[in-house]
Amino acid sequence: MRPFVYEQPADISAAVAIASRFATNDDQPTRANAQFIAGGTNLADYMKLGVAEPNRLLDLNRLKESGLRQIRVTDDGIRFGALVRMGEAADHREVEERYPVIADSLRLAASGQIRNMASLAGNILQRTRCEYFRETSWACNKRMPGSGCAAMLGFNRQHAVLGASEACIATYHGDFAQALIALDAVVHAEGSRGARRIPFAKLHRRPGDTPHIETDLAADEIITAIEVPALPWGRRSLYLKIRDRESYAFALASAAVALDLDGETVREARIALGGVATVPWRASTAEQSLQGKKLDETSAEAAADAAFAEAQPRQRNAFKVELGKRTLVRALLETRDMKV
Amino acid sequence: MSQPSAPFNDGLSLSRRKFMAGTVSAAAAAPLLASRAEAATPVTAEPKLRQPVVTSLRINKQAYELSLDTRTSLLDALRDHIGLTGTKKGCDHGQCGACTVLVEGKRLLSCLSFAVMNDGKDIMTVEGLASSDGRLHPMQQAFIDHDAFQCGYCTPGQIMSAIGCVNEGHAESENDIREYMSGNICRCAAYPNIVAAILQAREETKGA
Repeated sequence: MRPFVYEQPADISAAVAIASRFATNDDQPTRANAQFIAGGTNLADYMKLGVAEPNRLLDLNRLKESGLRQIRVTDDGIRFGALVRMGEAADHREVEERYPVIADSLRLAASGQIRNMASLAGNILQRTRCEYFRETSWACNKRMPGSGCAAMLGFNRQHAVLGASEACIATYHGDFAQALIALDAVVHAEGSRGARRIPFAKLHRRPGDTPHIETDLAADEIITAIEVPALPWGRRSLYLKIRDRESYAFALASAAVALDLDGETVREARIALGGVATVPWRASTAEQSLQGKKLDETSAEAAADAAFAEAQPRQRNAFKVELGKRTLVRALLETRDMKV
Repeated sequence: MSQPSAPFNDGLSLSRRKFMAGTVSAAAAAPLLASRAEAATPVTAEPKLRQPVVTSLRINKQAYELSLDTRTSLLDALRDHIGLTGTKKGCDHGQCGACTVLVEGKRLLSCLSFAVMNDGKDIMTVEGLASSDGRLHPMQQAFIDHDAFQCGYCTPGQIMSAIGCVNEGHAESENDIREYMSGNICRCAAYPNIVAAILQAREETKGA
């Protein structure tokens, strides 16, 4: 691991100021000299592997703003402070009551220890676990722009079938993000250019020709909160995660679903898909295909077909198309049958 | 106090492990002195690369002050700098749970936590569970009663994680235990016995 200077900024503006001082103009947050750390479960791992090489770590855990550590429930929705730990949010009673899909997505992610460590903001910014990204001897356009993609013809069973490009097929593995994108969440960030709100769907970038650009954030921007708007029918929602083992594994396919039903007819559907795409993935065409329809196996299957119409499978991940569809169908029908 | 007062010499023969730990500790003394000299300079001085950072940890109710390279994980601080080798290094990447300790009462992975980030924190390792008269923690006793290990390498992590799991309120059923203990891998597959041990120790642990 590269040596690094360790600092504990006292508040958000101090943290931004230090990050800003060490950032150059086009620095990506993941490639900047000075990087923020909260739980460290992703960053410490990648520093050990030589994938992340900051020479200065800014520990956000001692920032004095108390809102960073709070979950606030109001009539407008729920506001999660950025430093709230995954486990705290998963066990929060009102989160579970109002948005089961959020609680599920957190509870089914990682392990008890990691959920105690990992912050919510860090969780949504987690980087891919593509094996060729993790191991620095392989070619990887995300880790080393222009070096190529060893996953393309490699062991790509875990890789993405949606949102990929010729440069990168690395999966976005997060679960919480799928609930957030389905619920139209908004991310609050503060940086040297001021504070701003970023629609969750705009936070992550598809790989395209520049897979090393992972998010819309600048190197000196800190996520301060995640806001989920009120959704009266959010109680009818769930997260279904399918994986190689029952627990503590990344999704091979997952679905975040929320439904507004009039009897069995869909007024509005929210659908996001995990484990199959390069970024948090809202399945808008699938949502539209269900609108005004009776939700049954036939319409659910049509929605799943729509969701994967643009899928581009590779040699070893073609099973994800069928698995992803079946996961979505089951999630839709289980959500329909929820007693709320 | 400056030097960790780990009980290296307990009057018994000097095992290889104790010899190694003692050597590491003695080697750590030099940078410690250097950093104390630097601490006398104004606090506004820019921190520098490779400059050791003085870190205070309260481990098993005992205070330690260490001078550490910022890269040192909490796990390595415990094992190599203090000599508390009960906490195990399995994967060193947060995948196995062998390094689980309690920090401020919550279970976490010491391999993924930089020691300097734990400055001022209260840490409990497997060595701190038994009472001073040698009576085991109910969870330790339950692991023995149920033969909840074979090779034993994952056991300290399993026990610390089990205590955390109970205190989080996630040990209410066998399914709960299996789900919430999934971050602790046992390659000998003693899982049924681990679940049985946790069920036995659950109520006593809540009061411990």
